[in-house]
Amino acid sequence: MSEQAKTKISVQDLHLYYGQFHALKGITMEIPEHEITALIGPSGCGKSTFLKTLNRMNDLEPNVRIEGSVRLDGADIYQDMDAIELRKRVGMVFQQPNPFPKSIFENVVYGPRINGIRNKAELEEICERSLRQAAIWDELKDRLGKSALGLSGGQQQRLCIARTLAVEPDVILMDEPTSALDPISTGKIEELAMQLKKDYTIVIVTHNMQQATRVSDRTAFFLLGDLVEYGDTQELFSNPKDERTERYITGRFG
Amino acid sequence: MESTILNFGTQADAAGHRPAALKREDSMSNVHASKKTKGYYFRKEYLGRGIATGCGLFIVVLTLAIGVFLLVRGTGTFTRFHHSILEFLFSSDWSPVDTATGSGGGVGAAVFIAGSLLTCGLALLMITPFSIGAAIFMTEIAPKSGEKIFRPAVEIFVGIPSVVYGWIGLTVLVPWIKNVFHPKMGGYSVLAASIVLAVMIFPTITTVAADAIRSTPDAFRKAGYGLGSTRWQVIYRIVLPASRSGIMTGIILGLARAFGEALAVAMVIGKTRAFPKNLLSPTNNLTAEIAADMGNTASGGEANMALWTMALLLFLISMLFIFLIHLISGKGILQVEN
Repeated sequence: MSEQAKTKISVQDLHLYYGQFHALKGITMEIPEHEITALIGPSGCGKSTFLKTLNRMNDLEPNVRIEGSVRLDGADIYQDMDAIELRKRVGMVFQQPNPFPKSIFENVVYGPRINGIRNKAELEEICERSLRQAAIWDELKDRLGKSALGLSGGQQQRLCIARTLAVEPDVILMDEPTSALDPISTGKIEELAMQLKKDYTIVIVTHNMQQATRVSDRTAFFLLGDLVEYGDTQELFSNPKDERTERYITGRFG
Repeated sequence: MESTILNFGTQADAAGHRPAALKREDSMSNVHASKKTKGYYFRKEYLGRGIATGCGLFIVVLTLAIGVFLLVRGTGTFTRFHHSILEFLFSSDWSPVDTATGSGGGVGAAVFIAGSLLTCGLALLMITPFSIGAAIFMTEIAPKSGEKIFRPAVEIFVGIPSVVYGWIGLTVLVPWIKNVFHPKMGGYSVLAASIVLAVMIFPTITTVAADAIRSTPDAFRKAGYGLGSTRWQVIYRIVLPASRSGIMTGIILGLARAFGEALAVAMVIGKTRAFPKNLLSPTNNLTAEIAADMGNTASGGEANMALWTMALLLFLISMLFIFLIHLISGKGILQVEN
């Protein structure tokens, strides 16, 4: 992390329980602004669960209990913020592309619409801007009225990113956004993520360690609900401090 | 037949009591080892398939036969007694001659048609908002108690015989309307019939709509919440539009049930052969008229034929509903036009 990077999200001693199961065991980490932070670790290590605590998507699941604090720009998201407002500032892109069964245009302007924007010209402008930001405007500009379900998986995922951008969040959470995509689409999403970090703070969960080294500035390694190691991506992959991290990134377990 | 098949799997049987799946596998591999008779293959493959095909064809033939029978009987009014279709549909002069050969009466069924349309339309208007609301409640708002209590309760509603609905309407609803609104003709009315129908089709629309809502992929809901939607925004901007075709199917099924209902309506509609002046006046509908007079008319006569024509009309309307359902459900959410 460059010295001057400002902390966007600050997590202090975060514990999460699914019923009796202790899924996150005291996570403390600072996520810097305008950087890409990758969360890696074997399946079931808690990285996706952790990601979902950052915009309170865990609230939707039954029997979840959370202790500790998550601060966004200094404000505790579980104490001082409404989940609905939080999710407008912390957007999310899911593992499976999940466009609504509506037109491409209606998908992108969904967020602005629920925020009360009715003016057609304004919505069109937001739609174009968001699709351009997601680098998919040229592909889709002639078929905005067509169903989003007719797009390829990679296009759907970039549309979902555009839909998230249209809400103008500060932070974008990506939960294994390329695991359902082919290598070419994956490359496009990675390129896009690197462009977007100029304006947004990005946290990405990935199973793919090459992806983490390609796109991220910082990497956090999770194992069995613990944050084992967190630091500069180059540093973590070339010179891991913890033996468990080393074993994982060299493929000796997990 | 079962024993014959097992006889061929002798090796498998010799191995003792194995799970059924294993036995089948063994006997499959034996097919190559030992010679099977033609009869074995026939029983194993063609007999079952033949029985199933026969049953399927029987149902198709039966349906077609009913259709053809209705068509032959129902068109007698126009072919044998030379009435026009326009007279049947739009005239309210209902005075068919009830002898085996006589003719020259009026066969205008407009009163009955209007009665059916009006009561069903009103029933639908009254109950659709409640049904969709109930469907949302039992799937999105309170899925746990919805599944445990609400759904079985609604399903019990479906099983209540229509005579019970009619009787309750007769003893509760008709006197209530009479006491509250004081119509001239007593409580028998379009309103009473519509309310009884509305209650009867409530479970149909609710359960079908609830199934449609429940089958909306969770990924849509998550996407909605992820964009900062409230629960209500997720429901009415995402879930309801996505389950639109299923909800429409429920409404049409409900409408079809209402159209075909005879007994409960007949008990409260007042069976008066006149257009209703308002919601509180009595009238009659297609099904109640058929049920009331079918046994009293001379077979093959003008009156009898006119009733058959009304039955044909009901058949055609229900075919139309089924056609509409297929048209709508063909356009599921995954096939939004491209």
